Amino acid sequence: MNFYQNLLNTWQIISRNKIRSFLTMLGIIIGVMSVVVIMSVGAGAQSLILNQVKSLGSNLVGILPGKSDDKGPPASVLGIVVTTLKDGDRAALVSGVFPHIVAASSYVRGVDTVTAGGNKTDTNFLGTSAAYPRVENVALLSGRYFSDEEEKGIARVAILGSQARRDLFPDADPLGQSIKIKRTNFQIIGVMKERGSSGFQNQDNQIFVPLSAAQKLLLGIGHINFMRVKVDAAENVDGTIADLKTVLRERHGVTNPENDDFSVRSSNQGLEALTTITNVLKFFLAAIAAISLLVGGIGIMNIMLAAVEERTREIGLRKAVGATSRQIIWQFLTETVIITFMGGLIGIILGSGISIAVAVVAQNRGYNWDLVITPSSIILGCVVSISIGLLFGISPARRAAALNPIEALRYE
Amino acid sequence: MALISVVGLKKDYINEELVTPVLRGLTFSIDRGEFVSIMGPSGSGKSTLMHILGFLDTPTAGQYLFEGKDVSTLSDDELAAMRGHKVGFVFQAFNLLPRASALENIILPLVYTRAPKSEQVIIAKKLLTAVGLEHRFHNTPSQLSGGERQRVAIARALVNAPEVIFADEPTGNLDSKSGLQVMKILQELNEQGHTIILVTHERYTAEHAKRILQIKDGLIVKDGPVESRQLAESNGELIK
Repeated sequence: MNFYQNLLNTWQIISRNKIRSFLTMLGIIIGVMSVVVIMSVGAGAQSLILNQVKSLGSNLVGILPGKSDDKGPPASVLGIVVTTLKDGDRAALVSGVFPHIVAASSYVRGVDTVTAGGNKTDTNFLGTSAAYPRVENVALLSGRYFSDEEEKGIARVAILGSQARRDLFPDADPLGQSIKIKRTNFQIIGVMKERGSSGFQNQDNQIFVPLSAAQKLLLGIGHINFMRVKVDAAENVDGTIADLKTVLRERHGVTNPENDDFSVRSSNQGLEALTTITNVLKFFLAAIAAISLLVGGIGIMNIMLAAVEERTREIGLRKAVGATSRQIIWQFLTETVIITFMGGLIGIILGSGISIAVAVVAQNRGYNWDLVITPSSIILGCVVSISIGLLFGISPARRAAALNPIEALRYE
Repeated sequence: MALISVVGLKKDYINEELVTPVLRGLTFSIDRGEFVSIMGPSGSGKSTLMHILGFLDTPTAGQYLFEGKDVSTLSDDELAAMRGHKVGFVFQAFNLLPRASALENIILPLVYTRAPKSEQVIIAKKLLTAVGLEHRFHNTPSQLSGGERQRVAIARALVNAPEVIFADEPTGNLDSKSGLQVMKILQELNEQGHTIILVTHERYTAEHAKRILQIKDGLIVKDGPVESRQLAESNGELIK
């Protein structure tokens, strides 16, 4: 029996036993597909979170009130209000003494109901410095951001995020209109471009007002929640961090760095922390992928074992009409390889297709989602499924081929 | 030289500790062109004997010469070649591939005996026509009657032009009319020169042969030509 005839013979067997072949293939398809999809979604979700941080630029330094070590979270993240950081600290940093500081912005945050005419929405308002657009690399769709003078003068002006604009002014042009936050009227002077959601928050459902207005009119506080400082180049970040720590200690009267009442983080440090977190997510997803691979494998195993009786009798018959043990084993090997190969291929195609669809949908909805189909997931899925297929496809054949033809024919 | 020559053939079935002797020392020979019935009650060892003669099983002791060659010296691959080229089987349970057509079932042995692809279908069609199934080429066994299935099995047994055709209770699963048809085909094949060895427990089926080898408890109790051929034929007529 030559190779071509073996192949032809095998193809006949596969097409005669369509349901059995299909179910075996299905186990492999599901195993490979789920591994590819899960690994791709994991990598995509990681990219979504990391891209958000990267979009701020690698030369950004964040300053939070309260002390923290490098690993642990700052106190303010845990909900403790620390009032040690003031806008005056920012003013000192941008005074022109430090050549590498390009811009810096203070931030305060609040949540409230905002009304405009008949429309109402619950949204975040963010009090910032006038330098905010430069610090965060954001652009306006129309109008302008407020100026330094307006910020200092507690001007009642506001810039809408694109989502807030849709909620409050679905049809009309918001420029020149006014909105009401906590019984205070603000005039709209600009609308932000669509920014998409970050991993944790919707950047578009925000309203931007001058820092001083937010502090005095809306929140009644004198401190700031945090500050971001933009450095001219990534290689100057470390030097600048040292400089600004010195300035802040001087201003806050701290002599021992142990007693710092602020924390400084570069965006790279944040990136590292997030990478660690998202890697945990990826490991978790890999565990799920391993389970689906196992389920697929058990499916293959069941089909193969259920067919042993019929196949053993078939082997007996084939031996009775002149097949050698070697020919039988070759035939089963070919059959299993064809089925598992086709199943693996379909699994890869379907898995990649779903991964692409997920990425396209996410990208269309404005998420910064990378399409990542890792070769390792394809290899892992294929190797595991195909080994199971080979093992459970061939071992009954080997056993049956070793029997006397008559024993195999009478197998029950 | 006899086609089949058996001396002191023994077969024990060993099940864990228990040794059950099935064949206790048989000596006989069969010449080319004979039509022999191996007859005996169930449990007499007649099927075991046929399996050994057809290279499907191996004896525990004794000598089996086929065309003068000692079968015990053959390798597994040589035995496979003997099964493919020298013998053809017709089983009581038909043993057809369930999802393959009549033609595909007949072609099956040709795949292993390296018959040229171009000739396979021609040979198979010729044989199916010879057993009267020219209208059933593409039907699967489940679409055929018992008699038709057994005729497909006979065609399959003939496909490699074997020296001997072994038929193990070929009429056992058939109604008497189909059974008689199958026996007629076997007789015709014998008249054309094929050696046929039939295993059965029914006297009137056995009497279609020319010689009856009667076995009981693993021993030959009687070996001789069919005396009352009339009986078989009249029985057949009666059932018809």
